Amino acid sequence: MATVALKPATMAQALTRAMRDAMAEDPTVHVMGEDVGTLGGVFRVTDGLAKEFGEDRCTDTPLAEAGILGTAVGMAMYGLRPVVEMQFDAFAYPAFEQLVSHVARMRNRTRGRMPLPITVRIPYGGGIGGVEHHSDSSEAYYMATPGLHVVTPATVPDAYGLLRAAIASDDPVVFLEPKRLYWSKDTWNPDDPQTVEPIGRAVVRRSGRSATLITYGPSVPVCLEAAEAARAEGWDLEVVDLRSLVPFDDETVCASVRRTGRAVVVHESGSFGGPGGEIAARVTERCFHHLEAPVLRVAGFDVPYPPPMLERHHLPGVDRILDAVARLQWEAGH
Amino acid sequence: MTVMEQRGAYRPTPPPAWQPRMDAAPLLPDPEPYRVLGTEAAAKADPGLLRRLHAELVRGRRYNAQATALTKQGRLAVYPSSTGQEACEVAAALALEERDWLFPSYRDTLAAVARGVDPVEALTLLRGDWHTGYDPHEHRVAPLSTPLATQLPHAVGLAHAARLKGDDVVALAMVGDGGTSEGDFHEALNFAAVWQAPVVFLVQNNGFAISVPLAKQTAAPSLAHKAVGYGMPGRLVDGNDAVAVLEVLTDAVRRARTGGGPTLVEAITYRVEAHTNADDATRYRGDAEVEAWRDHDPILLLERELTGRGLLDEDGIDAARQDAETFAAALRERMNQDPSLDPMDLFDHVYAEPTPQLREQRALLTAELEAEQEGSH
Ligand SMILES: Cc1ncc(C[n+]2csc(CCOP(=O)(O)OP(=O)(O)O)c2C)c(N)n1
Ligand SMILES: [Mg+2]
Repeated sequence: MATVALKPATMAQALTRAMRDAMAEDPTVHVMGEDVGTLGGVFRVTDGLAKEFGEDRCTDTPLAEAGILGTAVGMAMYGLRPVVEMQFDAFAYPAFEQLVSHVARMRNRTRGRMPLPITVRIPYGGGIGGVEHHSDSSEAYYMATPGLHVVTPATVPDAYGLLRAAIASDDPVVFLEPKRLYWSKDTWNPDDPQTVEPIGRAVVRRSGRSATLITYGPSVPVCLEAAEAARAEGWDLEVVDLRSLVPFDDETVCASVRRTGRAVVVHESGSFGGPGGEIAARVTERCFHHLEAPVLRVAGFDVPYPPPMLERHHLPGVDRILDAVARLQWEAGH
Repeated sequence: MTVMEQRGAYRPTPPPAWQPRMDAAPLLPDPEPYRVLGTEAAAKADPGLLRRLHAELVRGRRYNAQATALTKQGRLAVYPSSTGQEACEVAAALALEERDWLFPSYRDTLAAVARGVDPVEALTLLRGDWHTGYDPHEHRVAPLSTPLATQLPHAVGLAHAARLKGDDVVALAMVGDGGTSEGDFHEALNFAAVWQAPVVFLVQNNGFAISVPLAKQTAAPSLAHKAVGYGMPGRLVDGNDAVAVLEVLTDAVRRARTGGGPTLVEAITYRVEAHTNADDATRYRGDAEVEAWRDHDPILLLERELTGRGLLDEDGIDAARQDAETFAAALRERMNQDPSLDPMDLFDHVYAEPTPQLREQRALLTAELEAEQEGSH
């Protein structure tokens, strides 16, 4: 087997590459959004696509999120495969009606006759010092909408593999890009034929025996860091990266929790009505007899996303995660 | 002269002279709604077309009456009637070629039927056995859209996609006067004009959005005037003059097909019935207003023209009514059958492949239904 040269690449580059490869392979793939053409997007994730494929394939649209997604619906009806970029999490809200009332329902409404293979890319989450409206974690809204897949990568290779899968999917996918990981680097060979990651499978990022940290997207590196720090306390933590919030991989999550007997869900989104409540309920329903302690949540506060100078207090960090782990009733069992 | 001015270098160069991006005048709608019937132009209308329109309108009127009757018999959950608006409904369908697409709203089942959709399938949403009953690709009719104006950007996207693929396909999207206040109306028109998409927007101004009259909806001189702000032509037409509506829409479709870009058409019409069978129109309008429109009924206008020119006699009118009766009887009979329901449909079309969670919920309902079956034996 030939060895392939692994090069360091950023998550942003992997995402760009995924769109580039999809566009090269499939002429029906069209990228559209605000500033995605000449500029290459405010995060440069669509850099070079307009140049390589022309403005008809990578289009600077008027500034109107409902219009962008609404026209993408019509394009998909006619057989195209639109990849829509929303500039920021909070600026996707104008498109919410199109997403909920049409994108998520068209397949079901027409009994499968009119599927909408649309990918909606949304940079999300905080940690970049963004001023108001630039750091929301809006995944709970999308998770609560049947008909959408909700996917979020945490690593460079996953960014490529999951975005390829999202674009190839015949269902609409809300593809949440953890914006503070855009510049995270990993060794990865972009010229190696990549395996497209199946949507709906979680992955164990770190094996451990003491407790499971269930997390996704921007919180994955934080949990891995917490797991390293926990070794000093004598805890061997397992970290599960969900990758896909919908469909939810009960199997991988529950297999891990049954092994460890303890679980903490970690995310930036607020805890009240957030994904963690659903995850904790699912784990409790399925793994009750294996649990040594209630499933805990470490989440953002239930406040509008804080201004940049205060966001460090809001974001789940290593200490808050370790505090939660400490509350997993160790004295009772082990 | 001050020292600063003497230095000269501080004097800014004037910006380039401002230019309008296009001449707005040709985009403006006519001051009066365009009419053909009752004018000299009507003499030029093809007698065959007039008779066809008449037959379609009579059938459409009967369809509306039948559907409303079905609500009273509990066979339809609700029906938003297009009684009085048949000219717009029929013309929207007839203005299109087979390869074109129609984007109807909840009020436009008649347009879908006139385009060839099976009336039972067109009424599925309103019967409530499923959402969209027809295959949108079969007659190129998008699902009836209920959230106001949300179908308009779809029409723009589809028309744009067709153009990108090199197909000379046109999309015609229908919306009400109230719907023009929605953001999606604005966004769709803007996208259509910027992209020069081959799309025609047909606004049926029927005077009301449920109870709210147009005066509370807009301060624009007319809805057709809104086109100008987007850089597309606005056309105003008498929506009860079937010949005029068909002509204006056909022109707009031809313009779109030949690369001329989008058009906004406002058709002035009137919602003769209440908003739906569930609405009580006496709470917001008087009989006199409705009566005033009866003399401007789309079928009446056509019959006057046809009989006046000796193109149609009582026998001809009877024949059209008889044809409509046959159509209504067949619809009634089919709607009186209970629809067949499969509860598993709930789970089977949410995604291409059901999620593990949906599989579990499907199994749960299956078990419940089996238990119900056993219980009833
Ligand atoms: C986004 C949205 N808001 C409110 C409604 C409820 N609604 C249904 S029909 C209607 C009035 C629409 O009036 P108009 O656009 O003039 O169409 P018409 O019913 O007269 O054909 C309203 C408010 C809706 N369907 N969608
Ligand atoms: Mg109206």
